[in-house]
Amino acid sequence: MIDYLRAPSGIRSWLGSIDHKRIALMYLVAVTIALVLGGAFAMLMRTKLLISGPGIMQPLTYNRLFTWHGVTMVFMFMIPAIPAVFGNFMLPIMVGAKDLAFPRINLASFYVYCAGAALALWGMIHGGADTGWTFYSPYSTASPTDVAPIAIAIFILGVSSIMTGLNFIATTHMLRVKGMRWMDLPLFVWAIYATSVIQVIATPVLGLSVTLVAMDHALHMGMFDPTLGGDPVLFQHLFWFYSHPAVYIMILPAMGVITELAPTFARKNVLSYKAIAFSSLGIAFVGFLTWGHHMFVAGISQLDAAIFGVMSMFVAIFSAIKVFTWLGTLYKGSIALTAPMLYFFTFIYLFAFGGMTGIAVATTSLDVHWHDTYFVIAHFHFIMIGGTLTAFLAAIHYWFPKMFGRMYPEKWAVLSAVGVFVGFNLTFVPQFLLGNAGMPRRYYSYPDRYHVLNVCSTLGAYLLGSVMVFTLAYLIVALFKGKRATANPWGSRGFEWRVPSPPPTENFEAPLDLRLGCYEYDRE
Amino acid sequence: MNELLRWMLNLPPQASSVARHIDYLHYSVILATFAGVTACAVAAVYFVVRYRRRGNELTPHVVAPGWLEATVITGLLALFVMWWLIGFHQYRELETAPPDAMPIYVTAKQWMWKFQYPSGPSSTDVLTVPVGQPVKLIMTSRDVIHSFYVPAFRIKQDVVPGRATTVWFQAETAGTYDIMCTQYCGTRHSFMRGQVVALPPDDYARWLDAAEPDHFAGKGQGQGLVARGREVAAEHGCRRCHSLDGTPSIGPTWLGSFGRVRQLVSGGAVTIDEDYITESMMDPRAKVALGFKPVMPSFEGKLAPADVAAIVELIRSLRDATPPREELPPRD
Repeated sequence: MIDYLRAPSGIRSWLGSIDHKRIALMYLVAVTIALVLGGAFAMLMRTKLLISGPGIMQPLTYNRLFTWHGVTMVFMFMIPAIPAVFGNFMLPIMVGAKDLAFPRINLASFYVYCAGAALALWGMIHGGADTGWTFYSPYSTASPTDVAPIAIAIFILGVSSIMTGLNFIATTHMLRVKGMRWMDLPLFVWAIYATSVIQVIATPVLGLSVTLVAMDHALHMGMFDPTLGGDPVLFQHLFWFYSHPAVYIMILPAMGVITELAPTFARKNVLSYKAIAFSSLGIAFVGFLTWGHHMFVAGISQLDAAIFGVMSMFVAIFSAIKVFTWLGTLYKGSIALTAPMLYFFTFIYLFAFGGMTGIAVATTSLDVHWHDTYFVIAHFHFIMIGGTLTAFLAAIHYWFPKMFGRMYPEKWAVLSAVGVFVGFNLTFVPQFLLGNAGMPRRYYSYPDRYHVLNVCSTLGAYLLGSVMVFTLAYLIVALFKGKRATANPWGSRGFEWRVPSPPPTENFEAPLDLRLGCYEYDRE
Repeated sequence: MNELLRWMLNLPPQASSVARHIDYLHYSVILATFAGVTACAVAAVYFVVRYRRRGNELTPHVVAPGWLEATVITGLLALFVMWWLIGFHQYRELETAPPDAMPIYVTAKQWMWKFQYPSGPSSTDVLTVPVGQPVKLIMTSRDVIHSFYVPAFRIKQDVVPGRATTVWFQAETAGTYDIMCTQYCGTRHSFMRGQVVALPPDDYARWLDAAEPDHFAGKGQGQGLVARGREVAAEHGCRRCHSLDGTPSIGPTWLGSFGRVRQLVSGGAVTIDEDYITESMMDPRAKVALGFKPVMPSFEGKLAPADVAAIVELIRSLRDATPPREELPPRD
């Protein structure tokens, strides 16, 4: 059988393809562009922060940059990255299906994403928003910049996200190969499923709130503007009702990737299948009840603060169960220290640190000091970069042979993994200390006592950026020059490794054989 | 130990009555974080060495025993809930000003802080306070949301247009401490900085005597906020419905109302404080006092924040007077 890469060729066979694998690759190209762009904005910001006073750019330019960085990274990279690329590619194969339940909706979601991304870029080129990715009103209504295009772009990107989520939910329910029970599913599918539930339930509220902001800005409707009878704090509730669950949209798929790595490279069953599966659902549902922890100093009642605080602690417990299970999976295993496995350890280390600092900021009295300082910036970058981006890199290396039929260069990949770890820590550990010292976020200029740590952070960011460019370069080379991969180079029991690399368009030549489970390593 | 950890964690001086206790909780959380992460790292290194791959052997099927999972979950939950309880206890302390706290009115605007003292003086970007006395800031914004943050005091509170929010602190050591705006508020957000100058009580009294009288509200120079409040109330017709001497009228009297609990038409009750008074001026129908009709117009956009502060201060000044009789008209 001909593999999906070589099947019909020509540009139209790609752009109009309804094959989930080709759509996944198109998404991969798109989110990589978004990552490069968002990274470039970050480098410019960090460069500005090398000096404490006015420097290479005006304050308004800096404010635009952190807005664009946030919008690009959150809505164009983090949210689609793992689900729309690796979920899209792997989920149908993992459930033994030929494709997603709605292949045309899958293709449409990609073009909706492109339309949203294009509108956002157009908005940025035309002077873009300077409100931060949080669009807090009434500043977003009063902003001198043009907020509407980017707000509408986020609405459109949200539609794409809902379409993808619906497709994954339908596929998991309806297209599992005959005989596959829920408890036979690979845990990556559980993670993507839980993510999809959040995408479908929460994203409409984001659409609602950015639409209201756009209408406030353009039509002076006054929903959130107190001089017109509106309530600015209402916006924060609506915004975080989506945007806190959204961080689970970003981290749950990453957790799914990490769960797949340990069994493969330790040749070992997952220590507790149910703990991983149900903690994903637990995060998805309890995650809806924590949004107010972004608002401890916004003027909410003490009772609200208490409830949102303790709910946040419960979410952390689900994450702690996962960390415990991942590490426990290695016990009595047979561990190969490959590049994806180095990313696995990087993830655990950074995620544990990021998660624990999440507990710290959920502790109400401590959050009063840390809220809106660099401590919070460091905390969520530990989760988003240390967690999601690390898992994204792990996934691209782990599944590279499956997706492209070629191996990546192992030595370079190990070097890159070490570089990511060092560069990341150098960038974000100083930011914890800056936050402790009280440096507010979104700060164009800062008092001189924060200077040394800012320079450290910028140097770390340069290192991290260089490593990312290096990684992108050797992966592109490997696409064409890499050694041919076998169907199962890692000796994994995962279902996706039972089809050829790269898989044929229809995925399976014969129906998926379920006699050996995807985490069974105690028998042949 | 305190000083060592404070230095290692790069924390500012502990200059308020609450700072030290909050930092102790901070230390315990951060030390536990390091302990937890180190435990994960040690376990990872041990497994990688002990169980490194020696060939493509099969591995035993190991399932986590239920008791172990339960122990880990219970242990962590107990730790987290303990932090939550202590943290919330401290949060209540941070949110609840002592009754004898000295009020100062704060108006934030892009990109400066204005402070107004009930006895008259006002200042921009520099807040002068006495050491050892609780100070309560009653804050509102003229434009967008700002956030009042003094790292050395470990306090922070968003300042929201159309609402009064409060924050309190008690400076413990004399000195000068940074005020920073932490809620992103536009182009010059990072330049919206000020200072708290904490003076020993005697110096503070001397400063207050010598301080320039009010030039904040524009009108009514050289008078206290209470006097200014009487003028504002007359100008805007407040007294057509609200009496200052307890006479029953269309709206509740202001005499002796501050600090009392008032029953609401919608059921429930509310303590009359700065927040409630401000809300009632901006959105009068939100919480209508029982026995009165919802006829008051909104003063949103019609009253300058300084004038709102003046009204609040006037009502506060009438707090200790006893109204001649219960002001609730009989229910009909």
